[in-house]
Formats: sequence, structure tokens, C-alpha cells
Amino acid sequence: MAGTTESLARFAPELVLSATILAILIVDLIARLQPKRPSLLSGVALVGLSAMAGALWLTPTGDTSLFTHLLAFDGLARYFKGFFILAAALGVLFGHLSDEISRSRLGEYYIQLLCLTLGLSLLASAQNLLMLYLALELVSLPSYVLSGFRWWDRRASEAALKYVVFGGAASGVMLYGFSLIYGITGTLQIDGVAAALTAAATGGQGIAGQLGLLMAVMLSLAGFGYKVAAVPFHMWCPDVYEGAPTTFVAFLSVAPKAAGFAALIRFFVVGFGQPAPGAAGFPWAEILGIIAIGTMTLGNVVAVTQDNVKRLLAYSSIAQAGYLIMALAVGTDEAIRAVMLYLGFYLLMNMGAFFGVQLAGGERLSAFRGMASRNATLAITMAIFLFSLTGIPPFAGFIGKFYLFAAVLSVGEPFFYALAIIGVLNSAISLYYYAKVVRVMFLDKAEEGDGVVEVSRPASALLLALAGPTLLFGVWWAPLADLIDKASSILR
Amino acid sequence: MIIGLNHFQVVSALLFGLGLLTIITRRNAVAVLMGVELVLNAGLVNLVAISRYQTGGLDGQIFALFGVVLAAAEAVVALAIVLQLFRARRSVDTIDVTDMRG
Repeated sequence: MAGTTESLARFAPELVLSATILAILIVDLIARLQPKRPSLLSGVALVGLSAMAGALWLTPTGDTSLFTHLLAFDGLARYFKGFFILAAALGVLFGHLSDEISRSRLGEYYIQLLCLTLGLSLLASAQNLLMLYLALELVSLPSYVLSGFRWWDRRASEAALKYVVFGGAASGVMLYGFSLIYGITGTLQIDGVAAALTAAATGGQGIAGQLGLLMAVMLSLAGFGYKVAAVPFHMWCPDVYEGAPTTFVAFLSVAPKAAGFAALIRFFVVGFGQPAPGAAGFPWAEILGIIAIGTMTLGNVVAVTQDNVKRLLAYSSIAQAGYLIMALAVGTDEAIRAVMLYLGFYLLMNMGAFFGVQLAGGERLSAFRGMASRNATLAITMAIFLFSLTGIPPFAGFIGKFYLFAAVLSVGEPFFYALAIIGVLNSAISLYYYAKVVRVMFLDKAEEGDGVVEVSRPASALLLALAGPTLLFGVWWAPLADLIDKASSILR
Repeated sequence: MIIGLNHFQVVSALLFGLGLLTIITRRNAVAVLMGVELVLNAGLVNLVAISRYQTGGLDGQIFALFGVVLAAAEAVVALAIVLQLFRARRSVDTIDVTDMRG
């Protein structure tokens, strides 16, 4: 355990981020009348995020826990912090290039986005149930506000309401679950939960305590499940993705989901996983496996019928969460590395796909008609993102899925074979709706009134910058896989 | 009769159940948010009682203090959203808020 000074030194990235948030607030006020205010604000945000990346790079390595065991400082936390910095930088660039966010409110948008990022980085390293809950709320509150950012839009206010009601209920249920865990194990530390459970398992705890534990964990799952949009806590997801500004949805569909997975990994693997074999005899792996089956099947089957591309991508992101939960059910180190690798690829392809939808200037499938002749760059990069999400070689998504399925199959038990087979069948279904969008873009002719889609040069460059690695990682993924092998240590 | 942990846990379980019932059955958005508050407070009652009667120490009570503040923050954001919804639609009835389906 690190003392306060050492903790602060390792907490530098978050401190830099907090300073950036304050700096944006001040610049936003001072430069009120400057014509260059938007560029200035984006510049401050990007410099701040670069400084945060630098601070993360410079902090001493070596796993330890900070601030009397509130936060873990390990490979998992560092990887996800880097991940969130990248996602936030892309979020800032999307915001800068987007016409959905009015220029006069850009500072507001960045402040919320970076507060959200701060919450994400705390969520990925929280080692204590109180910290976990606080971080989850720090992620949730700005998400509600940003979903309803265009409040005059009827759909945006509907999205924000649905999000806040679902989110509030889910986090309340999770809090109740945490209070039961506290009662059963007598500790709020996630690693303490593991120790208490091992002691209870060897001490021959009665069935009543086990049932209480099962209920406590299922209630806690509500909070995580809502963050990653897992069935049956997915209902908010399509409506929020459809109603919220696309610029923000690109970020929302990736970063909070990744943080939810980081927290799930820590909660299940550290608190209920290897140290306490079978955690007092309950089949966590099977429970997560069944949730995974429900999540991917529902996501893929409902996505087939959608003709709104944002909604289609919302169901696709539910399905993607299903594949990730499938690997999480395995819970081996190999599976956790596969989840981290897949999330890395998912960042590129999903943010790219939503950015493409925003640039297309319409979210109905008909807005993409004949896109190949109206804007070739947009059509080709969208096709790359969508095929990569399907998991077809030679795109990054294929490599990611390969690792996920390999981790599931390597367990070698009938349940996991069945899980993998259902996963593969789901991938086959997903090809249908991803390919549907590509078909509309390349095979359908543009009709009268479908003009050329104007995309500014920086936006095209950003699209290509996301599509390039999606292709490159599909043939040469070793660097990222090596990085994850080195950086997947988890503090237990 | 001595009031002990069990009594508090029963109260908390009742609060939790009533909160969920409110969330599921009420149609007015503000009433639904009241249900959310009940669920939150059920957890907080549990935490304080457990910390007082079972584990000792202040962990649970500090958690509850943070929880109270967070519940207030969440209520602020939620009511602001309901207010905007009312401005956009002149209604806060969840039955009316169904532009998006499928």
C-alpha cells in the first residue's frame, strides 16, 4: 500500500484532468467574446488530455493500491486510463467538428465530457465498494446531462428522461446489493470480500447466507449490467442512442461500456473469482454465461429489423457487450486479456461508425442510399467499420473475436462449447444487418434529391485515422497484444 | 422488545420493495423519481444499521453520508431533465413520452 505522497504521485493523471476541467471552465468564461473561442477550448482540452497521457506515462509502475485501498494502481487500471484518454480525445475532436453541438455551448460540452472521463478512470481503478459507487455516479450524472444536451429536441429530452430513470433505478438497486454484501462479508473492500467468502466457505456457512449472497450479487449486477447495457438492463440503450446527439453517442457507446467491463472484471475476478473457489458454491460463470447468451441474441435479432442506423448500431453495441460478457464468464487471465484487446479494437470501429453516421447527415437507412457515389471516403470507411464490427478478416474485429472465442473454447467444458457455438451463430446473424447498410451504400443508386455529402477535410482525415488502424490491427495486432500481455496485471 | 438489526433490515426491505413498486407502476415522471429515491434510501438504511449493529466502525455510515449527497445530486439532474421535458411537451406523463419505439 502506498502512503499519501506516493498515492498522490500515482494519482497525477486524474489531477491533471481535474485541472484541465477547471481550465476549460475559466477559458470558456474569459474568452466569451473571442471569435476563436471554439478552437481555443478544443485546444485546451486536447493539451490537457495529452498532459494526462504524459502523466500516466511518467508515473512509476509497479502495482500498489492508493489512498488506503480505495483505488488500485495496476496494469488493468493503467490500460483503461490510456483507453479513456484516447476515447476522450476522440470525443473532443468529434465535438469540435460536429454541427450538433452549438459553438456557444462547446465549453459546457467539454466540461461534462471530461468530468465523465474522470469518473471513468476512477471506475476502472476502484477497489472499494464506496469508491465504485461514487465513480459510477460520476460517470452517470454527466451522461444524463449530455444525452439531453439538445434539450429543445423532443427525442433528446425523451432519451435523457429514460436514461435518468433507468440509471437511477439501476444504481439504487446496486446500492442495495452493496449494502447486503457489506452485511454478509463485513467489509467494503473488494479484496476483503474475497477473503471473507473464502473464510465463510471453509467455515461451512449455512444455506441462508449463500442465498443472501446470491441475491446481493444479482442486485449489484443491475448497476454493472446497466452500464454495459446487458440484458435485461439494456432497455434504455436504443432510445438513448437514438435520441442523444450522435457526437456524444460515439463516446457513450464505447467508454462507459469499457469502464463497466473494467469494474466487472475487478468485482468478479478479484471479489468472487479465483481466490474463493466457486465463491461459496455458486455458479457465477453459468450466470454470466446465460446473461451473455441473452444479451448477444437479443441485440443481434432485434438489430435485424431496424431501419434507423443509430438504433441498429445501438442493438449492435448490446450484442458486442454480449460477446465480451461471454469471455468474462470464463474469467481466466487469457479471457481478461481478450476482453481488453477486443475493447481496444471496439474503440476504433464503434466510434468510427457513429462518427460516420453523424457525418452522413441523416440516420435513416435511406440517408445512406448510394453513399459510394455521394462521398466515397465516407462510404468506404463506414464499410470498414461495419465489417470489422461483424468480425470478418482482415479487419481488427476478427482478431478481437478470435481471441474472445479462443479464450472461451480453451476452458474445454460443455457449457462453454455451447456458449461459443451460440456466439458464432450470433456473429452470422450480425453479418446480415451490417451488410445491409453496406449494400445500401454501395449497391443502391442515389435517388433524386440525394446530393453529395459534404465532409470537411479534418473530418475525412479523422475518419481515415480511425479506419487505418482498424485495417492495420487486422493483419498486425502483435504490438497491442504484447502491450496487453505486459499490462494485464490485476491487484488482488 | 429491543430494536435490533433485523428490524432495520425489514424496514429497509420494505422501502426497497415499495420503491421498485413505485418505479414500475407510477406514470408521472416525478413520482417515478420518488420511487428511485426510496430504493436509494433502502440501501442507505441498511448500510447504517449494519455498520451500527454488526461490523462496527464507520464505513457504512460514511457510505450513507456520500449516498445522501449523491441522491441529492441525482435528484437535481433528474428534475432538470423533467423540467426540460415539460417545456418540450407540456406533459411529464411517461405514457406520452413514446416517440421512440422498437
